[in-house]
Amino acid sequence: MTLYNRRRARNFVILALSLGATGLALLILFLILGTLLAEGVPALNLATFTQTTPPPGSQGGLANAIFGSVVMTIAATLVGTPVGILTGTFLSEYGRTGVLAEVTRFVNDILLSAPSIAIGLFVYVAIVVPMGHFSAWAGSIALAIIVIPVVVRTTEDMLNLVPAGLREAAFALGAPQWKVVVMVTYRAAIQGMLTGVMLAVARIAGETAPLLFTALNNQFGSTNMNAPMANLPVVIFQFAMSPYADWQRLAWGGALLITFTILILNIIARMLASWSGDTK
Amino acid sequence: MRRQQLEDMLFRGTTKLFAVGVLLLLGAIMLALFIGALPAIRAFGFTFLVDSTWNPVKQIFGGAPAIYGTIVTSIIAMLIGVPLALGVAIFLTELCPPSLRRPIGTLIELLAAIPSIIYGIWGLFVLAPFLQSTVQPFLKATLGEIPGFGILFSGPPLGLGILTAGFILAVMVLPFIAAVTRDVFMTVPPMLRESAYGVGCTTAEVVRNIVLPFTRVGVVGGVMLGLGRALGETMAVTFVIGNAHRISPSLLAPGTTISASLANEFTEATGPLYTSSLIELGLILFFITFVVLAAAKLMLLRIERQAAK
Repeated sequence: MTLYNRRRARNFVILALSLGATGLALLILFLILGTLLAEGVPALNLATFTQTTPPPGSQGGLANAIFGSVVMTIAATLVGTPVGILTGTFLSEYGRTGVLAEVTRFVNDILLSAPSIAIGLFVYVAIVVPMGHFSAWAGSIALAIIVIPVVVRTTEDMLNLVPAGLREAAFALGAPQWKVVVMVTYRAAIQGMLTGVMLAVARIAGETAPLLFTALNNQFGSTNMNAPMANLPVVIFQFAMSPYADWQRLAWGGALLITFTILILNIIARMLASWSGDTK
Repeated sequence: MRRQQLEDMLFRGTTKLFAVGVLLLLGAIMLALFIGALPAIRAFGFTFLVDSTWNPVKQIFGGAPAIYGTIVTSIIAMLIGVPLALGVAIFLTELCPPSLRRPIGTLIELLAAIPSIIYGIWGLFVLAPFLQSTVQPFLKATLGEIPGFGILFSGPPLGLGILTAGFILAVMVLPFIAAVTRDVFMTVPPMLRESAYGVGCTTAEVVRNIVLPFTRVGVVGGVMLGLGRALGETMAVTFVIGNAHRISPSLLAPGTTISASLANEFTEATGPLYTSSLIELGLILFFITFVVLAAAKLMLLRIERQAAK
């Protein structure tokens, strides 16, 4: 074989392998989604949304778990978003240089990938133990800690994209800096910041590990944030690991619900982001 | 004017306060875990790291099996996931028609959006039976026959175990590594790439001799980021690892990881020493991932500066 042919053959093999890797990744994605649809759709019916989690062997739904997930996700987002936005604002508007901003940026990126189970442990030691019992508040706080770094990161990135000319024009009119930030920069970056919040919601909607030792679980419907509360991820974990067929079926139904909610949130977030990119 | 200055200071102060708060959060996490782990640290000292006893009845705990499982599953995940992720990144930057780049890139990123627990339930009901019936007997019949090395693939194919957990983790870290690698591949100046094509390089040669050397630090950073994820991944692993507190030479055998032990046992732990030992495992996990992620971040910062030049 000539050198030329050998080089061509090698090129072909390497490119075929990279095509194969991409194909495999996409195949796994579709396999997972396909399994979820095949197992999850038959498990879903009206009772899933109206009845609470059953004891093994009887009929029931996931109403209390869905309620708990929604409530804790909302609470966590409401707590985490302002903290994240203010920190992101500091990094972008006041902290382009300086040691504090540099270190905060670094720590934030580490928190972004920190194991969520460690955050659950932290909330257990810092909140559950002093309070003396598991509670939905503790679960919400654990989730909020996961929201913060996501929002910080996207807020900073989005504020950095706002053209300096816009800020300078506002300053030239004599506006103080806080007014420039709140009324000009935020407005210009609002779509990007919303994208960040939606990505954060998508991230925590399926988080299980931090809820295991904080919100725990509750077999019954409960609206008390000060008590353990059922939530979809922990219910899926418990039901899927159980030997009961009807529990496993409900777990698949819950898994389908969570995954498609998250995928839809992700797709909307992306559309928001690209839409705001087009209008600039 | 005075009022406006005051308001400005207030606003700046508030944002700064929250930034400091985020900074303190990391310290608070470490401190809280350390305090929680203190009874176990006092009781077992450094032997905790090497002892493989896990006896809740006698209240003797050693973290070695969990630490071993965490590291081995992550290594398997890297061995499988990194080549796949590099392949995806090469495909997306060099091979893919530009009109398909975004849709395929988005689909790969959706793989990262699927929650851990979904990977777990899929791994338990779909992947594990598949591995048990086809892949594991095949591995036993081929690699398992090699003297010495074969011990890694000995024992009955259970479906659940260290290897399965490694497979699932490989799929989970793939999108993270692929996304970072694709982004750093994009930082290669077009001039360099075009010059290489100009002297007659094939695409594979451009990747090997131009793109990879130029982005080496960034690629390693991306791999470390994936490693950080793999080490701390909880739910998916908990479903498929089999949860056995022992160190087996075979990769087909069930084991445990730090995060899986925590997920399984924490709420059922009886006695303060049991809980404290589990918290110490969490502290060790947090420390390991902190070091890995910090290294990843430093490497990625270097390539950002290089690109900015």
